[in-house]
Amino acid sequence: MNPKLTRRRFIKGVIASGAAATSTTIWYAANGADRPAGYVERLIRINVNGQVRSVDVAPQETLASTLRYKLGLTGTKLGCNRGECGACTVLVNDIPSYACSVLTHSVKAARIETVEGLESPNGDLHPVQQAFVEELSPQCGYCTPGQIMAAVGLLRANPNPTREEARQGLAGNICRCGSYDSYLDGVMRAAQIG
Amino acid sequence: MAYMHIGKDFVPPDVAGKVTGRIKYAEDYSREGMVYARLLTSPIPHARVVSIDASAALAMDGVFGILTADDVYPDGEPGGTGLKILTNEPTLVGEPILALAAVDEKTAESAIAAISVTFERLPFVLDPLDSLAEGGPDAYTGGNTFVFREGFASEKWSRDQVASFRAGAEPTAEPQQQFAYGDLEAAFAQSAFVYEGSFTTAGYPHMSMEPRSAMAYWENGKLYLHGTSQSLTGLAVDMAGIVGVPQEDFVFINEATGGGFGQRARAGSIPSMAIPAKLSQKINRPVMMRISREEEFTIGGARQGFQGWLKCGFKADGTMAALDIYIISDNGGKGGGGDAFAAADCISILYQTEAMRFRGTAIGSNTGHRGAQRGPGQNQIAPIIAPILDKAAAELGIDRLAIRLLNTPQNGDVGGPQRQPLTSAYMPEALQQGAALFNYQERITRSRQRNGSKVTGIGVGQGYHNAGRSGMDGIVRLMPDGRLAVHNGVGNLGTYSYASTSRAAAEVLQMPWERVDVITGRTDRNLPVTSPQDGSNSIFTNTRTNWGAAQDLLAKMKEIAAMDLGGAPADYTVGGERIYKISDSSTGMTFAQIAQRGLQLGGKFTGEAEVPEDLNDFTKLSVSRLAGSALMGIFHDSRHNNNPPGFTVTFTEIELDTETGKYDIVDMVTIGECGTVMHPQGLKNQLVGGAVWGIGLSGYERHLYDPQNGLPASTGYWQSKVPTILDTPAKIRTGWVDLPDPENPVGARGIGEPAMGAVSAALTAAISDALDGHLFNASPITADMILNHLAGVTSEAVPLAQNNFRG
Repeated sequence: MNPKLTRRRFIKGVIASGAAATSTTIWYAANGADRPAGYVERLIRINVNGQVRSVDVAPQETLASTLRYKLGLTGTKLGCNRGECGACTVLVNDIPSYACSVLTHSVKAARIETVEGLESPNGDLHPVQQAFVEELSPQCGYCTPGQIMAAVGLLRANPNPTREEARQGLAGNICRCGSYDSYLDGVMRAAQIG
Repeated sequence: MAYMHIGKDFVPPDVAGKVTGRIKYAEDYSREGMVYARLLTSPIPHARVVSIDASAALAMDGVFGILTADDVYPDGEPGGTGLKILTNEPTLVGEPILALAAVDEKTAESAIAAISVTFERLPFVLDPLDSLAEGGPDAYTGGNTFVFREGFASEKWSRDQVASFRAGAEPTAEPQQQFAYGDLEAAFAQSAFVYEGSFTTAGYPHMSMEPRSAMAYWENGKLYLHGTSQSLTGLAVDMAGIVGVPQEDFVFINEATGGGFGQRARAGSIPSMAIPAKLSQKINRPVMMRISREEEFTIGGARQGFQGWLKCGFKADGTMAALDIYIISDNGGKGGGGDAFAAADCISILYQTEAMRFRGTAIGSNTGHRGAQRGPGQNQIAPIIAPILDKAAAELGIDRLAIRLLNTPQNGDVGGPQRQPLTSAYMPEALQQGAALFNYQERITRSRQRNGSKVTGIGVGQGYHNAGRSGMDGIVRLMPDGRLAVHNGVGNLGTYSYASTSRAAAEVLQMPWERVDVITGRTDRNLPVTSPQDGSNSIFTNTRTNWGAAQDLLAKMKEIAAMDLGGAPADYTVGGERIYKISDSSTGMTFAQIAQRGLQLGGKFTGEAEVPEDLNDFTKLSVSRLAGSALMGIFHDSRHNNNPPGFTVTFTEIELDTETGKYDIVDMVTIGECGTVMHPQGLKNQLVGGAVWGIGLSGYERHLYDPQNGLPASTGYWQSKVPTILDTPAKIRTGWVDLPDPENPVGARGIGEPAMGAVSAALTAAISDALDGHLFNASPITADMILNHLAGVTSEAVPLAQNNFRG
């Protein structure tokens, strides 16, 4: 399996991002509607799902906040907003990353993919999405977009994982419903679909 | 019986939305002009609000207003220990005192910081036994317990009585609750092996993935509330009452729910959704209230912890002859529950105990509020009893599977204090099926085998929860285009039972699934009152209502066919989306034709007359709104006979590392005994999901509070230690008995809660096995507990401690 896809790497990424995302004040911090004196907000461009989007981003704004509240991509879920649960997992240059713990300004040059970008233009589901439907992998579904993005990242790095490798690949994503077994079945089926 | 839909997999309508991210949860919505609410919560575990000065906050730009308990409860706060929307008498840290709305969340937070609240500190307590001891603090202003129909009371034992209980002796004080059956004394006298000891089970939070965010707005006098719940109509009816709006003016919108596990089943367990509703009403703007993970912990509830004592007697042949059990259950800072009673009831049913006495008292603590959590009571006791059963088996020289087969319920058995008959029970079959799949006879020979530092443990567990209710309604409509609409108010929690129970109606009409529309997601879609999706009851209860409504529709279709085409109603049947004469299939009408004919006839055929009088009020409202729109089937289920059980059996093998105290689950087989299988994939999901919950219960999950200040110390996923994928086996093998229950039209019963109990029981039994039969008498059993035992370290923790280690 790709060693990049471990929880350890997620956590390192969180530390490196410098995102302070641990208090009940996270929402205003993430949204950053008010600006300290001397700061000038910047209209930046980010590449999301193959489209370059111009967006007004505060310096301390997280990618999850930008995606959900500026770009309307609500498929990226916030379960904890502090790098614990993985519901906000997106791909940054093919690497599964916690969007709640990545500053938007830090990914200006990156390719960002969310669950909304997986379907083909004709509406066909991505093989991981199709496999998750066939295996009925989701239960409540709240963690599902994050699980899917983690699985897509895994299969790009390792198209034919063993079940144990798939298990390690999904280790950064909590499912409180406990549907892990069905998610693993979905990943293994997706690997077969290709 | 060959079914068209029952027992077959299908794609539930909402799955595509879940894998594409298109399905919307409450916080995914927005509304023009929406403002944002933040909460000021109590920093103190028990206090009284003396004064609130919000003048500076209200003067800030962008602030629209605040909502306090005085606004919500102008005539005084409700009595009892139940959750309140807001309060001036917080009994746990994090309880909401007021809410403030502002143009954005930063402004709201800044304004909250500018509010001055003066609290009067009151004594607090974290451990119910500390409160129970004479002179100990009470969790509530009026006492430490709440007696139904009597009010607050202060329950006190002498300090010697509490110390004696902590030391493992039988409590001697009078309990609040009790039941007994059989001759307990004689049963103990007949016992060849008697076990006596104390036990404790931890409280821990539900930790649903979706925080309980909610958004509300008022439009033309109607309240629209986007929320999260386990139930649509089951919750909405009561939520309308909490907000104070007529049912007909309340629209609850809840397409999907990111987990509930008992805590979002009823309005009373999630009254925080009323905050944006009341605030929106006050400031006349849409209000979004986002809830953080920490807030979800503090207002999200927890399982009741137990501090208990039991004495259990077994005859020489292994029969569980007698059980005497006494439980102090932790009611936390708010709420409570019947977990202790349910635990005793569970033992009575699951082990067919011949004579039994239960005594229980519920005591408050200034910790997270308590309410139902997946198998409330049944699942706390399951991991306690299983190792004791194994100890009895060892002492009596009986195989561990054999002692379970001897005591397990089967068809014709009764259980509980009322000695209520079970509707059916195929537990011997489940045990045998699981044993065969697990290869028990070979596996049991590996018990306690050592390989370096690792030792093998084998465990067998059983789970139970009652799984069916009565008194609910069903509505189906045959539309003029021939499609079938099944109105379902059960809620979308992720079990897919909103869809699988709708297939019962499709089954009656032999309707292709692609021609069926499940109407759900918001209450203005005219839904019937269905049970809250809790208590493992959805499958049994709502299969009955949907089947009944479809039968009513079918009877009307046959009546119209006989009227127009001749003969008697009994001469007709359905198939291929037609109703036709059994003797001459060419004589008939398409479903579209008969629906249109029904519309012409009106009256009872379209819900405009002869509506069942015993329908619930909200269903009557829905029917009145739908009247005249289609050919309708309407049904009220008045059944109330016997106890439909949900059962599970789990076999597991673990490898416990004596150097680390951790264990790997080498194999796990779990079998469902829930009558006819409705939806195999859905059942498998409940079994594996319940298994993960069982793994958490027996090995990891507990909440902790700082004993000095009463602050919660485990508000996150890692502190409360929800199992990750790496804590669970790479594959959980599942199976089911699939034999029908006679009191359900398709033979189905529920499964969600017992799926957890059997796994937790099997794991504590396996841990005990790996440690040469040592009994921890606790859940969870953590690695440090195992290491301390192996090292012979006597714990310095206070015996039976609740909500903190105190060691």
